[in-house]
Amino acid sequence: MLEPALVTRPAAPRALDGVPAVEVVDLRKEFLRRDKKRDGRFARRRRHAALKGVSLTMQRGETVAILGQNGSGKSTLVRLLSTLLLHDGGSATIFGHDVFVEAGAVRRLVNRVSVEASFFKKMSAVENLGYAARFYGMSPKETRRLIPQILDRVGFPAERSGDAMEGLSRGMQQKVALARALLTSPVLLLLDEPTTGLDPRSKKEVQEFIREIRTTHDSTILLCTHDLDEAESLADRVGILHAGALLVLDEPAELKWRYDAPTLEAAFFAATGKQLEDEGDDDEDRGVFA
Amino acid sequence: MIAPGAASTLRHQLIGLGGVIERNWYLVKRYALWEITFFLWTAANTLTIVFIAKGVEATGGRVDVNRLTTILLIGAVIWSYLGIVFEILVETVAWERWEGTIEYTFMAPLSRPVHLIGMGIFAVLYGIVRAAVVFAAIAAFFGLHMPNANFLSALILIGIASVSFIGIGMMTAVLPLISPEKGTQFGYIGQGLMLVVSGVYYPVSVLPEFMEWIARISPATYALRGIRAAILDGAGPAAVWGDIWPLILIGVLSIPLGLAVFRRGERYAKQHGKLKRSG
Repeated sequence: MLEPALVTRPAAPRALDGVPAVEVVDLRKEFLRRDKKRDGRFARRRRHAALKGVSLTMQRGETVAILGQNGSGKSTLVRLLSTLLLHDGGSATIFGHDVFVEAGAVRRLVNRVSVEASFFKKMSAVENLGYAARFYGMSPKETRRLIPQILDRVGFPAERSGDAMEGLSRGMQQKVALARALLTSPVLLLLDEPTTGLDPRSKKEVQEFIREIRTTHDSTILLCTHDLDEAESLADRVGILHAGALLVLDEPAELKWRYDAPTLEAAFFAATGKQLEDEGDDDEDRGVFA
Repeated sequence: MIAPGAASTLRHQLIGLGGVIERNWYLVKRYALWEITFFLWTAANTLTIVFIAKGVEATGGRVDVNRLTTILLIGAVIWSYLGIVFEILVETVAWERWEGTIEYTFMAPLSRPVHLIGMGIFAVLYGIVRAAVVFAAIAAFFGLHMPNANFLSALILIGIASVSFIGIGMMTAVLPLISPEKGTQFGYIGQGLMLVVSGVYYPVSVLPEFMEWIARISPATYALRGIRAAILDGAGPAAVWGDIWPLILIGVLSIPLGLAVFRRGERYAKQHGKLKRSG
C-alpha cells in the first residue's frame, strides 16, 4: 500500500464528488504544416486537424485507455489536458476547472508520464524528483521522507538513487518517471505510452504498478497506448482514436460485441480499417504532435 | 493580513522558487569540470582585453597603466557577468528543451514569474561569485592597486543593475521558444549589442550621436560608469546616485516587460506546439 500522505495529498480546491474527473466536449486542435509539392519543393503552410471534435467524459477513479496509431492525436489530447497546448475549439474541464482558463488550478490536479522519461540526465533520481516536487510546493523536509518511499514502491533500487540518470536503464528511468508523477499525488494521471520501448520485464513491472495505483491511489487515469493487451487489462473503458477523431469509447467487451470481433485487435481493425501497428501519418512529417 | 489560502499559495510559490535555485545548483555541481573550463576561458578572455593597457604603453602611448588596466578589467568582468546572466536565463527554455524536461516544468503549478525570477536570482548569485573570482584573480595577476575602491558601492550597483539585466534576459529567454534552432544565439547578440553602446571599454562620449542616445536606455551604461567610479575613485552610493536612479527606473520597467514578452512567447509556443523536445 502507498503511504497515506501519498494518497491523500491532492490539492483539489473544489469538492471532487459529483463532478466528472474529465469532461471534454468537441475539442479541436489544428497545427500548421508545410506540405511537400510533387517536385520536392515546399508549398505554403496549411492548417491540419490533429483533433477533430473529440468528446469524452471520465468519472473519478475510472481508468480509460485510448488506442490509436502513431499520429492519431493521442499525445495532442494528453498535452491539451496537461495545459501544454492551447485548443482551437470546444472545451475541456478537469474536476470542473476549465483547462484553458484555470490552468493553475488544473496543474495542481494533474501529472503525466510520457513515452520519454525526460530528466536532467547528469542529475540523480533523488535530485530530479526533489526539484520537481518543489515545483508542486513540497518542502525539502517532505521530500526527504517521501522520495525514498516512493522509489521503493516503484521497485527502484535504493543504492542507485544517487546515480546520474544517464547511467540508468530505460526501465529504471521510466520507474523514476512514475515516481515523479505519483510524488505529487495527482488526482488525474495522464499516461502517454508509459511502457513503449521497455523490455518485457520492465513493461510488466510498470503495468503492475499502474494496476496497484488503480486500487490504492485516489487517481483517475487516462492511458494512451498502442498496446492492446495493456489497454484491455488496465482500463475500465477503451476508446479508439483515429486520425484525430474518437470513433468509439466503451468497455472492452462491449467494443468486441459492437464490432462482432473476437479480440480488441479485430475490433480496432473493424473500426478503423487499419492495424494498430501500422504507421499513421508521421508526426514530424505532419508537423503535428501525435 | 494575508488570507490562509493566499499564504499557502505564497508558501508553495516560494518553495518552487527555491526548487529552481536548487536545480541549478545541482547542475553546477554535476558539471563541475565544465565550470572550471568555462572559468579558465573567461579568465583568458579577460586577460586578452586587459593586456591592451600594457600594449598601449609598450607602443609608446602615455597612459596611467594601472588605471587603464582597471577600467578594462571592469569592462571585461561586466561583459562576462552579463553573459552569464543572459545565458542562464536563455537556458530556462533551451536546456530544458534539449533535456526534454520543459513540458514537465511548464505543466507544474509554478507561476511563470516565480519560475523566471528564480532563474534570475540564481543567475545573479552565480554570476556575481564568478565575476568576483575572475576580478580578484586578474587584479592579483597584474598586481593592480585600488586603494580607494568602494566594493560595497560596486556591489550595490551591480545588484540594482541586475534587476534590469534579468528583465532583458527574460525577453531573450523566449527566443528559443519561437526559434528552437537559432533562438539561443539571440541571447549573445543581445549581450553584444547592449555592451557596444554602453561604453564597455571606452567612454560613451566617443560613440556616434545615435549610439550615445541608445546608451541612455541601456542599464549597462549606468552600471559600468557607476562601478568604475566606485572602484577607481571610491565613490559611495550617494555619489553614484546619478547612476542608481536610472537603473531603478529601467529595472522597474524591464521586469514587467520581460514577463509580458515571455508570456506572449509561451502562448505562441502552446498555440503552435513548440514546447516539445528537440534534439
